[in-house]
Amino acid sequence: MNAHGMVHKYGDNVDTDVIIPARYLNTASHSELAAHCMEDIDKDFVKNVKQGDIIVANKNFGRGSSREHAPIAIKASGIACVIASTFARIFYRNSINIGLAILECDEAAKDIRNGDEVKVDFDTGVIENVTTGKTYQAEPFPPFIQNIISKGGLLNTIGK
Amino acid sequence: MGMTMTQKILAAHAGLDTVKAGQLIEADLDIVLGNDITSPVAINEFERCGAKGVFNTERIALVMDHFTPNKDIKAAEQCRQVRNFADKYDIQNFFDVGNMGVEHALLPEQGIVSPGDAIIGADSHTCTYGALGAFSTGVGSTDMACGMITGRAWFKVPSAIKVELKGRLQKYVSGKDVILHLIGQIGVDGALYRSLEFTGEGVASLSMDDRLCIANMAIEAGAKNGIFPVDETTLAYCKGRCKREPKIFQADADAVYDETIVIDLCALRPTVAFPHLPENTKTVDQVGDREIKIDQVVIGSCTNGRLEDLETAAELLKGKKVAKHVRCIIIPATQTIYLEAVRRGWVETFIEAGAVFSTPTCGPCLGGHMGILGKGERAVATTNRNFVGRMGHVESEIYLASPAVAAASAVTGYITDPTK
Repeated sequence: MNAHGMVHKYGDNVDTDVIIPARYLNTASHSELAAHCMEDIDKDFVKNVKQGDIIVANKNFGRGSSREHAPIAIKASGIACVIASTFARIFYRNSINIGLAILECDEAAKDIRNGDEVKVDFDTGVIENVTTGKTYQAEPFPPFIQNIISKGGLLNTIGK
Repeated sequence: MGMTMTQKILAAHAGLDTVKAGQLIEADLDIVLGNDITSPVAINEFERCGAKGVFNTERIALVMDHFTPNKDIKAAEQCRQVRNFADKYDIQNFFDVGNMGVEHALLPEQGIVSPGDAIIGADSHTCTYGALGAFSTGVGSTDMACGMITGRAWFKVPSAIKVELKGRLQKYVSGKDVILHLIGQIGVDGALYRSLEFTGEGVASLSMDDRLCIANMAIEAGAKNGIFPVDETTLAYCKGRCKREPKIFQADADAVYDETIVIDLCALRPTVAFPHLPENTKTVDQVGDREIKIDQVVIGSCTNGRLEDLETAAELLKGKKVAKHVRCIIIPATQTIYLEAVRRGWVETFIEAGAVFSTPTCGPCLGGHMGILGKGERAVATTNRNFVGRMGHVESEIYLASPAVAAASAVTGYITDPTK
């Protein structure tokens, strides 16, 4: 599994209220949520994002509410991967559970700039900044999380 | 090596003798919770994966509290979907308009959560029930769906920060000031992935309402959970209320903590978190008398909509008038609290002061309805988050504070020290 796309860069503590403001939580429609993704922090995001792009941010990405609408909106907007120094724990869990790839890598998060072209190899955790030629090593997922992602989400891993 | 209180509860629910920080476990759940925003997403997943039923009809709680009474047609449709689901699967703890309350005030009040429980809720403030000595944490809708089907969830066992409380709080200093002080000290990711375990002789002097408020905001320091030991106050609260027998867990004497933070309760002052992070704290002494002019006050939410919160507000608003330029919105967290406020005459006090008193709802806290802020407006709120755009316009501002600070500020129209 790989990702290859252009970077949308953000700072510290990007919270779920700016990823998808609560005024849009009266729907569970993935496309409607994607239409308002990042609206309160970057009103041009929806206009600029292309399928396969990557979000890079600094510490504590996804802090705040437990709304799964946040990773859903990001995934449905076309983003293939989020790289951050650290993630808020509920967002981290939700991303795995819905199959949005996320990687923690402080060095990459600090170095990579808005608009850079970046490649990610999820099996090895290697992040390559094609624009600068620099590579970074993130921790790949442990086996039980790989199992959830390879089966396309948590609910496909349980006996019903 | 000893275990923390959280680790002992998790070990017991995973059927293990011991667990250690970092270990991945699967645990049995006592309660699985969802609300009118997160449950529809969970129900869609539940149905998509072809589940035949829920693990236990008595152990699921569905509370219609965020956009209720329905704020618009879409909100009405979401509640209808959850209502139909509750009916189809015979969910015993379904709370709709008329018996609902703000979920994290309602579940303890109704005795649905008990000491020693392992609880997940598709709402980040599910960590509130740590006040009762339960392991309780917020998750997303997929975890909720999985929990409703299997009665189980996976966890990474957290390490912990020990928060040792000493002394007792002064008049008009409350649980809210304790947690804002702590978040100001360690930051909004200061407890990321970890437990906050509150201990020390100071715990005994804290009421259940104070403990519920403190545990409620553990997530605002990034914590997985916040937890209090079970003592006489807890057991008195649970008696005749909890549907299941309390199970008491205690941290081992040799439990290992990442760090210990000592808070002297006597030294705390009313504290305010400035926009746009709960860690941007100042005591009221650091705020000038007429420095921060406000447009709105909100007293309520899962953080501060309980009986003691309204009592404090009533005490400070009695015989006073809300400042002319301020809209003061008071929201009891449950119907029981509402009724008690009526009986004690507080509602009369609020209305005579020029405040409004609403039916229970999460409403304004998350910018849903019942008190949205316009461009450039400022609010003092007893809620839990002051992020950009949380309560309305992206250029509005939220100052988080206790009910005492909020009520005193409503009268002057500026952020005000309630102890003066």
